[in-house]
Amino acid sequence: MSGAVLPVGRGARLLRNPGFLVGAFIVGACAVLAVLAPWIVPYDPFAIDLNRRVVPPAFMEGGSLQNLLGTDQLGRDYLSRLIYGARISMLIGVLTVITSGIIGTTLGVLGGFYGGRVDDAVVFAITTRLSIPAVLVALAVAALRGSSLMLVILVLGLLLWDRFAVVARSTTMQIRNLDYVAAAWCAGVSRWWVLTREVLPNIATHLAVVATLEMALAILLEAALSFLGLGVPAPLPSWGLMISEAKDYMFFSPWVIVIPGMALFVLVLGVNLLGDALRDMMGTDLSR
Amino acid sequence: MLRFFLRRFTVAVLVALTVLTLAFLLTRLSGDLAISIAGPNATAADVETIRQVYGLNRPLHVQYFDWLGRAVQGDFGDSFFFRDRVANLIASRMSVTLTLGLVGLGIALVVSLPLGILAAVREGTWVDRAVSLVALIGQAMPSFWLGLVLMVVFGLQLGWLPISGTGSWEHYVMPGVVLAFSAIPSLTRLTRSGMIEALASDYIRTARAKGLSRLSILVKHGFRNAAIPVVSIAAVQLGFMLGGSIVIETVFALHGIGYLAWESISKNDFPVVQAVVLVLALLYIGLTLAADLLNAVLDPRLRTG
Amino acid sequence: MSALLEVQGLRVTIGSTAAVRGVSLSVNKGETHCLVGESGCGKSITALSVMGLLPKGSLRETQALRFAGEEIGRYDERQMERLRGDRMAMIFQEPMTSLNPAYTVGSQMTEVLRRHRGTPRAQAVDRAAELLARVGITAPGLRLGQYPHQLSGGLRQRVMIAMALMCDPELLIADEPTTALDVTVQAQILRLLAGIQKDLGLGILLITHDLGIVARIADRVSVMYAGEVVESAPTAALFAAPEHPYTRGLLSCVPVPGKVKRDEPLGSIPGVVPRIRPGFAGCGFRDRCSRASAACAGAIPRRNAGDSHEVLCTLEPGWGGKAAA
Repeated sequence: MSGAVLPVGRGARLLRNPGFLVGAFIVGACAVLAVLAPWIVPYDPFAIDLNRRVVPPAFMEGGSLQNLLGTDQLGRDYLSRLIYGARISMLIGVLTVITSGIIGTTLGVLGGFYGGRVDDAVVFAITTRLSIPAVLVALAVAALRGSSLMLVILVLGLLLWDRFAVVARSTTMQIRNLDYVAAAWCAGVSRWWVLTREVLPNIATHLAVVATLEMALAILLEAALSFLGLGVPAPLPSWGLMISEAKDYMFFSPWVIVIPGMALFVLVLGVNLLGDALRDMMGTDLSR
Repeated sequence: MLRFFLRRFTVAVLVALTVLTLAFLLTRLSGDLAISIAGPNATAADVETIRQVYGLNRPLHVQYFDWLGRAVQGDFGDSFFFRDRVANLIASRMSVTLTLGLVGLGIALVVSLPLGILAAVREGTWVDRAVSLVALIGQAMPSFWLGLVLMVVFGLQLGWLPISGTGSWEHYVMPGVVLAFSAIPSLTRLTRSGMIEALASDYIRTARAKGLSRLSILVKHGFRNAAIPVVSIAAVQLGFMLGGSIVIETVFALHGIGYLAWESISKNDFPVVQAVVLVLALLYIGLTLAADLLNAVLDPRLRTG
Repeated sequence: MSALLEVQGLRVTIGSTAAVRGVSLSVNKGETHCLVGESGCGKSITALSVMGLLPKGSLRETQALRFAGEEIGRYDERQMERLRGDRMAMIFQEPMTSLNPAYTVGSQMTEVLRRHRGTPRAQAVDRAAELLARVGITAPGLRLGQYPHQLSGGLRQRVMIAMALMCDPELLIADEPTTALDVTVQAQILRLLAGIQKDLGLGILLITHDLGIVARIADRVSVMYAGEVVESAPTAALFAAPEHPYTRGLLSCVPVPGKVKRDEPLGSIPGVVPRIRPGFAGCGFRDRCSRASAACAGAIPRRNAGDSHEVLCTLEPGWGGKAAA
């Protein structure tokens, strides 16, 4: 009986949900771009050409088909940088969620499963985490340790586990108190068995919803950190960094910030659409 | 009731102490703080001097308790860069951040409460779907980018609003809107779900049976009950907004404590960073406590139960 | 006597369910009319359609819906608002949740008077206190300042009744007002309703599934089944000579002292109330009826079984001998 993470009927309903389809398309396309980036980019995203700086995109006046989305302030091809940027956003999103998911789920399941003092400690940890201003701490750490892609992932992973813990804790509690789990206890099964056979499979879908929310948040935070100059270091083409580098030109050529910004917005929207569809399917309540 | 609040208060104090400790550890994360302060061009002698002056040559636990003892009295030491007491710096910048936070929260409430109510009243229709689309868009909007776009459109092209600074109330409009965007999605969703629940309840049927007007049914009887969770989330959101204001203050060059923190980070002025982390954390802790109290005021079942 | 409320040919469709299928009934001034039937037979929907409080997505049709001689079937929402709580009031089955938890009893009671009459606050409070005393609440001054969660279920229902009386309504609709209460409290609330009706001379439409209640306070009874009134008669006549097989079955389920012999099993009706889809024809009871025939699938005649005693059945009045129950 346990372990039915995605019953067939629900899966089919998911495929008829337009939000899910749009979200899946956006995220899927981004993932494909990220993986295939080195083979599909028209130019080297790091190649500087000072003779062709801030050339507008092909669809605007003054643009040419040579650079479909134009070039940046150092004459690098914007489309190529944008595609490489998808790599960074996806990488940050996925790795951060894995890190924070492991931390948060472990804490939450422990608290929900054992209750008592253990739970008090977990709740205390969550409360403390929530009171810490994440962006500021991430910036400070990056400034102290020198920023790098790995550091950003690590810092965000260590900061964004709170919602995982909250949801894992409450769902574990619910499942622990279900009649059939209580019956399993009485039948003399081990804690490990209850944990791996009853609890984890049943909280998995709830955690999947949280994972999408946190992935969206991680992508946005990375962009913000990079925008402030303390995230992914140049010359890596993070979308946040692209906006930051281009903002001196935005008053004359607004497209320089519009293009990477739209990319960021669309990807995060896609991830959130996926999460919403999953939540509707599950009936998970995450109204926070 | 009283026991509940004593417990909440004790937890809050413990959380505050933990954050104090974390804030201390944060600056010791780099290994040798003296080298970070001295900067890349300093000689070994310079670093040694800094160690002496700031007491960084003492054992770590001595430094910790010394710092803790001062911090709980509101003494965060001196700024390396600004040549001023950190407490003074924060006090002088606080009003900008608080104003921004309150303006942001105000805009967020003005937008999300009617939207949430509207979506609940028209549940399942295109209006409802449009509102959830607005929430989704708000959730996906990178705030710093929205800030830049607004600057280009309203600051430069239309020329309606000032682009940066803190001179007048107009300076707070764009940053406030941007900050509000981060709180609108969750507040709208919460208002909607709370209203749907309230409108389906028996007391709404009673209110209708009493012949009350539609407005009174929606607002006085429906929203009054839906508002209880919204208030506590709004307080928590204000905490998050103050914490997140660093990005927006930087974009719009608003000289609040977020901007101060950013300046200090780039100048390796760690006593200030430490203090801002602490102040923001304490604000958040205070706000969640206030939210609990406010809940008790709003919900007679908590107050008199 | 002139009819205070007159319903003719009421039909309500909710989604794909024909909840009420041509109900006609009337309530006179100073009369208690009981609507009985199992849950799901359309009693509450009938009451809510009179008040204009049907849930979203319901469709109401009537041949006539007259209140105090006026056709209210075509009233718009504003006109109904003016009527509700003023000239017709309603109390519900769930006293625990029918009061708003966020406001005091006093605020919720005075609100009605202030809305309909624009009565000043102080006067409205006096009136509320007077009515709380009338419904048997001691220390009304104290209760006015309390919140619903501080009151017991019985007290809350008394508050609901008092609130319904704030504007001196002509008609009171009570939807199973005692079902959720303790047995002792049930009796008190019923006595209260009977007393109020006698004093104030209002018409009461009382919905219940409890025949004991009917026997005690009803002047007239309408038995509902699957969205139809299958039998309607003065209380005494209905208990003495029930005509519809469903009514007889219903009465045989209730032990009546002196009529039931020791060791003899009580009656029961097999099956459950069916869900009727729009377009259904014939008698809704025929699948559960032991006397059903082919004729029951056609149009069912409305027969007269005595002085203002009507029955909707293919069987002749007096079938199987009188008073079979």
